Amino acid sequence: MIRMTRLPGRLTRQVPTAVRTLVVLTLILGGLYPLAVTGVAQAFFHDRASGSIVRENGKNVGSALIGQLFTDRNGNPVRKYFQSRPSAAGDGYDPLSTSARNLGPEDVVDSPGRPSLLTQVCARSKAVGELEGVSGARPYCTADGVGAVLKVFPAVGPVARAVSVNQPCPVRPFLSTYQGVKVECASPDGDYATGRTVPVRGDVRAVVPPDAVAASGSGLDPHISVAYAELQAPRVARERGLAPAVVEALIREHTMGRALGFMGEPAVNVLELNLALDRALGKER
Amino acid sequence: MSGVVFIASLVVSLALVHRPLGDYMYRVYSGTRHSAVERVVYRLIGVRPDAEQTWGGYARAVLAFSAVSVLALYGLQRLQDRLFLSLGMGPVPDHIAWNTAISFVTNTNWQSYSGESTMGHLTQMAGLAVQNFVSAAAGMSVAIALVRGFARGRTDLLGNFWVDLVRGTIRILLPIAFVGALTLVAGGVVQNFAGPQELTTLTGGAQDVTGGPVASQEIIKELGTNGGGFYNANAAHPFENPTSWTNWIEIFAILLIPFSLPRAFGRMVGQVRQGHAITAIMAVMALTSVTLTGVFELSAGGTVPQAIGAALEGKEVRLGVADSAAFAAATTLTSTGAVNSFHDSYTPLGGMMTMVDMMLGEVAPGGAGSGLYGMLVLAVITVFVAGLMVGRTPEYLGKRIGPREIKLAGAYFLVMPILVLVGTALAMASPEQRASMLNSGPHGLSEVLYGFVSTSNNNGSAFAGLTVNTPWYDVVFGLCMVIGRFLPIILVLGLAGSLATQSAVPESAGTLPTHRPQFVGMVIGVTVILVALTFLPSLALGPLAEGLS
Repeated sequence: MIRMTRLPGRLTRQVPTAVRTLVVLTLILGGLYPLAVTGVAQAFFHDRASGSIVRENGKNVGSALIGQLFTDRNGNPVRKYFQSRPSAAGDGYDPLSTSARNLGPEDVVDSPGRPSLLTQVCARSKAVGELEGVSGARPYCTADGVGAVLKVFPAVGPVARAVSVNQPCPVRPFLSTYQGVKVECASPDGDYATGRTVPVRGDVRAVVPPDAVAASGSGLDPHISVAYAELQAPRVARERGLAPAVVEALIREHTMGRALGFMGEPAVNVLELNLALDRALGKER
Repeated sequence: MSGVVFIASLVVSLALVHRPLGDYMYRVYSGTRHSAVERVVYRLIGVRPDAEQTWGGYARAVLAFSAVSVLALYGLQRLQDRLFLSLGMGPVPDHIAWNTAISFVTNTNWQSYSGESTMGHLTQMAGLAVQNFVSAAAGMSVAIALVRGFARGRTDLLGNFWVDLVRGTIRILLPIAFVGALTLVAGGVVQNFAGPQELTTLTGGAQDVTGGPVASQEIIKELGTNGGGFYNANAAHPFENPTSWTNWIEIFAILLIPFSLPRAFGRMVGQVRQGHAITAIMAVMALTSVTLTGVFELSAGGTVPQAIGAALEGKEVRLGVADSAAFAAATTLTSTGAVNSFHDSYTPLGGMMTMVDMMLGEVAPGGAGSGLYGMLVLAVITVFVAGLMVGRTPEYLGKRIGPREIKLAGAYFLVMPILVLVGTALAMASPEQRASMLNSGPHGLSEVLYGFVSTSNNNGSAFAGLTVNTPWYDVVFGLCMVIGRFLPIILVLGLAGSLATQSAVPESAGTLPTHRPQFVGMVIGVTVILVALTFLPSLALGPLAEGLS
C-alpha cells in the first residue's frame, strides 16, 4: 500500500542534514536560550531565581519555598514550632529525593514491612491528636491508630469468619462482632488474601485537618492549611509563653491567600511563621 | 466554587488568545519569506528552504532527525560525567539512558529516573530541554503537512520539514518560552547553574537546596506538551510551580498551542469555520473531562480519601484539590504528562478519568501538533462512517476519502490500542513484571495499564508507584513510545501525500457539511464509541472495579 522498500537507503541521505540541524538548534535552544533567561532572571529577580533563600542572623536557614522538618534528632516534633505535613521525600523534606507516597485510594491492608496508606493516615492522625491534645480519631481508623479493615470469609455469601487484618494478635480487634460473627485479631502467619476487604467507617468526625495526615505530591510542601495552623496555635503559644492572640496574628500575617481571589487555596508558610515566632520571642526578652 | 472560576478563566483566556496565535501560526507556516537568522541557519544546515518534499521525503526527514536526536541524547547522558555542569553525577545507566532518550525525542517525557539525583545541568538544558522544543516543533510540522494535504491539490509536495521545524521553533516556541520563563521566575521558579546548596535548618537538621536552569525548561515542558520535570516531583515541586498563579500559567501554556492550531488549520484550508468545528469537538470533550475529574476529586470517593476527609494525598496545599484536578485533566488530555499532583493517589474514578483522557488518543486538544493530526484522522473516520450510513463516497474538505485514505486512517487508530492492550497483557502475564507494582489488586493493574497507555500515547505521566527503572520496563516502554509516535506519523504523512495528489471535489447536495454542530456531535460520538469498545473491559478490571466496589 505504501512504498516503504526504498526508505532505509534514502533515510541515510538525510542524516548529515539532521546532525547539522541538531547541532545548530542545540546551540540556540540549549545554550543561548537558557543563558539569556538566566542572565535576565538573575538581573531582575536575583533572589527568586536563586531559590528564595531565607537568611537569619547572617546564615542561610532554608528556602521560603521548600518545607522543612521541625523535629529533633529522634524525629520527635519540636513543640515550640509549627509542624509541617507528612513527607515522602527521603527521610522527610529531602530536596535530593523528592517524591509522593504514590499509594492508591484503596490501599488499606498492611503488609509486613509496609503499613498501608490508610494505616499511615490513621497513625499520623493519632500522633497529631496526642501532640495537640485533641481527638485524633478519623473515619476508617481504629482507636489504636491503624486502618479499621476486616477481611471477611467467604468472599461471597453470608459471613462465616471476620478478621481485623491490621491488628496483629494479641491486639483486641476494634469491633467485637461483624454481622453476628466474632471478629478475630490477625495471626502473624495468617494469609488473608482471599477474603473480601471491608473497611469499617465508624461514626467519628475528624478534628485533625486533612493536610495534617496526607502527604504532599512533592514531599517539600512549604505550606499547611489555615485549619492545621490554628489547631497547632494553642500548643505553640503555651510552649513559648505567648498570648494566643499573638500567635493567631502571626498566622494571619503569614497566610498566603488565593491569588486573584480564586486560584489555589489559602496556605500558611511554616518556615516563615516559625521564624517570625523566634523573632517575636527575641523582642519580648 | 473558586475552582469553577479557575476553569472559566482558562476557557476565556484561551478563547481570546487562540485566534491571534492561530492566525500567527498560519502566517508562520504559509509565509514565503525567511528572516535573516533563519537564512543563516539554513546555510549552516545546508538546506535549500524553498525546495519542498514529497510525503516520503518529509517522513524520512522526521525519522532521520529523530534517530539522530535519540543517539545524541543517549550519548550525552552516558558521557555527562566527562562534560561540564555534571554536578558530579555519573553516567546514566544504559537502559535508563535509552528509555529517556526515546522518551524526550518522542515528546513523551516518561521518566524512569529521578531528575535531581540522575541528570546534570548540561544534560537537562542542552539535551532534554532541546528535545522539549524540537519534538514539539516536529509534531507541529507533521500536523501542518497533513493540513497542506487537505489544502493543496494535484501536487505531491507537502512542504519542507527542515523549514517547518526551524520556523516552529524560532518563531513560535522560542519567543513564548522566553517570556513565559521569566514570568515563572517572577513567581519563584529557580534559574541558576548552582548545585545543591547545603544549609542548616531551624531545628539544626541538614538540607540541600537544589538549583538549576529550571524556569527555562519548565515553560517549554508545558508549552511543548512534553511534561518531563526537572525534578522527580515534577510540577508539584515548589521550585517548578511555586504558587497558585504559576499553576494557572502552566495549565494555560499546556493548552495554548493545541487549542490554537485548529485556527491555523481553518485558515490554511480557507474555511475558518472548519477550524471552529475542530475546536468545538476538542472543547466539548475537554470540558466534560475537566468537570468530571474535578467532581470526582472534590467528592473524595474511596476509603483513604474518605478517611483523610479530602482527596489531598499527593497534592499540594497551595494548589488545592480543584486546581490540581484541572491540571491533571489538562496534562492527560494533551500529550504533556507533567503532574502537579500524583495520579496514583487520586480517587478511583478521578484516576480513571486521567486514563480515559489518554485513551481518547490525546485529541482533546492533544499534543502540540499530534492533537490536530489525531483529530483530523478521527474526522476522516467519521465522514467514512457517515458515508456508509447514506451510501455515498465520503469526502472531507473537498477530498475524497477512498480505500487508501481510510486504510491509513484506520491503521492510525489501531496502533495505540494494540500497543496498550498487548503490552499490558504481557506485563500482567509475568510474575517478575507484576512485582514492579507498588499497589495490589485492581489498583496494581491500573498502574501497569496506565504505564502502557501513557507511553503508547506519548503522554509521560504515570501512576508512579510502579517501579519502572528495570531493564524490562525501560525497553518495552521505550518500544511503545517509538512505535506509538512514529508509526502514526508515517501513516499521517502517507495520508497527507495521498490527499495532496487529489484535485478538490466540488461540493454537492450529497456532501456532508463538516462545520455544523451535527458533525461535531458525530465525531464525539464516533470517538467515544470506538474508545469505549476498545478499553472498557480493561477499565472494568482496574479503576472501575476499585471505584465501584
